[in-house]
Amino acid sequence: MTSPDERRRTVSVQGLARVEGEGSLRVEVRDGRVEDVELQIFEPPRFFEAFLRGRRATEAPDLTARICGICPVAYQMSACAAVEDALGISVHRGVADLRRLLYCGEWLQSHSLHVHMLHAPDFLGCQDAVEMAQRHRAAFERGLALKKTGNRIMEAIGGRAIHPVNVKVGGFYRAPSREEVAALAGPLSDALDLALATVAWVAGFDFPDVHGDYRFVALRDAGRYPLESGRVASSDGLDTTPGGFADLVVEEQVARSTALHARLENRLEYLTGPLARYALNSAQLPDVAARAAADAGLGPTCTNPFQSIIVRAVEIVFACQEALMLVERYEPPDPPSAPVPSGGGEGTGATEAPRGLLFHRYRIDQEGLITAAQIVPPTSQNQITIESDIRRTVQASLDLSDDELTWRSEQAVRNHDPCISCATHFLDLTVIRR
Amino acid sequence: MTPDVPTLAVWKFASCDGCQLSLLDCEDELLALAGAVRIAHFTEMTRAHIEGPYDVSLVEGSITTAEDAERILAIRAASHRLITIGACATSGGVQALRNFAAAGEFVGVVYAHPEYVSSLSTSTPISDHVPVDFELNGCPIDRHQLLEVITSSLVGRRPVIPDHTVCQQCKGRGAVCVLVAHGTPCLGPVTRAGCGALCPAVGRGCYGCFGPVGGANTGALAEHLLSQGMAPVDASRLFSTFYSGNEVFGRQSVSLRSRARSEEAR
Repeated sequence: MTSPDERRRTVSVQGLARVEGEGSLRVEVRDGRVEDVELQIFEPPRFFEAFLRGRRATEAPDLTARICGICPVAYQMSACAAVEDALGISVHRGVADLRRLLYCGEWLQSHSLHVHMLHAPDFLGCQDAVEMAQRHRAAFERGLALKKTGNRIMEAIGGRAIHPVNVKVGGFYRAPSREEVAALAGPLSDALDLALATVAWVAGFDFPDVHGDYRFVALRDAGRYPLESGRVASSDGLDTTPGGFADLVVEEQVARSTALHARLENRLEYLTGPLARYALNSAQLPDVAARAAADAGLGPTCTNPFQSIIVRAVEIVFACQEALMLVERYEPPDPPSAPVPSGGGEGTGATEAPRGLLFHRYRIDQEGLITAAQIVPPTSQNQITIESDIRRTVQASLDLSDDELTWRSEQAVRNHDPCISCATHFLDLTVIRR
Repeated sequence: MTPDVPTLAVWKFASCDGCQLSLLDCEDELLALAGAVRIAHFTEMTRAHIEGPYDVSLVEGSITTAEDAERILAIRAASHRLITIGACATSGGVQALRNFAAAGEFVGVVYAHPEYVSSLSTSTPISDHVPVDFELNGCPIDRHQLLEVITSSLVGRRPVIPDHTVCQQCKGRGAVCVLVAHGTPCLGPVTRAGCGALCPAVGRGCYGCFGPVGGANTGALAEHLLSQGMAPVDASRLFSTFYSGNEVFGRQSVSLRSRARSEEAR
């Protein structure tokens, strides 16, 4: 809703739709200038970092998966990486490959959901995917088919699509058989074709001419597009370990949000997620995905947040291509997991959740119990940048009618696929300030 | 759409969104469902909102704030049938672990500005606040069970949801018993079926994410786990993950924890 006063306009959205979790948005415009932007998050906190203290470190993957039902694998992978870093566990390549395959499944599932069912309706003037299905049936069904293939990978490797059961610190409880994994090849080949059609489809949308002056932060992994491992890099030259990065992040609590805001130490806001991953790693995309990006008109970086839908679609192509490669070379890892030694330590793990960098840090005592936990999800890191994006977008769109301006502002939030449930669990934590 | 198409609303409280996602994960049935009901409120999926009353409300999440305790009253008043989905809505969820913390224990270490946040010291199920017509368990729920619950509600019969143990499903799929054969701690004998015995199938013990089955004998299972050499404190943790807010699992966990304390004191 927007007030009728010409000099003063207030855009207010109570209950942001098509995002994961509960948030709202308020923008104040005075005399043609955006004065104030607030992305309010009222998702109730769930205290994960508090109740993780005193739990076994080996419980972290299952417990933290429950932070987010949309990206549980991201939580499991970052939790495993952090505990393994703390206890000095190294997993062998077969386990690492199987993790990467599972993660491809989650990217495919989560990105397909966002692109087709949460984000695309905005570009087509539809309230939701059901309305979109009436007018763009083929695209809707393509989205469902892609999502289903993602879920199928998660079920084959993880045991179930939401909160997989087969993941443990050190690897997996059971390595799927060659046949179980080989059965994914057919659906994945089909998915690759569907994904290419999706890239072409979203590349044809109309995009507002809005560009952000972003400081991108993403993992960078030797010779390949980042997923479950790598160093943390930024567009202004940062290159460090996950632990080194965690040392630089400062978290702030603000009154309007139950999610802490994260900044890098020198007070600069930054952005994680598809735009950041793409900007820092587009040269690492495999051939089919790279060609799809070029055909869609993407250069080596993309700074229009509305076009994140194209980048996400390209990442769906990447996930299909990468998963196919991993399926083809699959040998069941034996043993399926590395042993967990006794003793303690402190460690950090960072992986690329579909919506951006997710890091966990744990301190573990000699009994193997967690004594301190810090979990920093992508939406907390992106929150300040999302507000800047709303400001930019509203400023550039003041000629729109009130209803259109409201919708456009919502879109500026959905561009980043925020997971408010994730971001909010995070007040739960013992704040580590350095 | 005809005006007598039933309305379906989906509401979220403290939760991970996973149980609502189960609805969108019904890839093969989603359009049929969208044709059979009018989706009146479902923020994860649509901007549109239709005022109540609602024929069926699905509620995800637990009550953890004073505002939410008020909000659920209004939703109940506007709903002909109210169905809770998932461990959070039916037992308080993983966030109910706060219920066992000493008063103020969490708050003291968590917030730089506790005054900005209002959160209750407990996480409680929806049924503690309003009458509930049906409770569907699971962390997460099973999407086939969700479709059964929605379908049965629309035609006005009771949902057919099994109330037997994970053990029975485990035997049904021919998995080796991890508890007997390998001595792996497993909650299968006391946990409600529904997942399809996924954990024993990958060689791990059940961790109870569908909550206790009716008439669960948790005491006997706890004694068995201890007799196999499991420490009481670890057995206590096993019973307090996603259903610690449930009376049966919660009480068993507390009893094992006090046993651990008294053994420590000796």
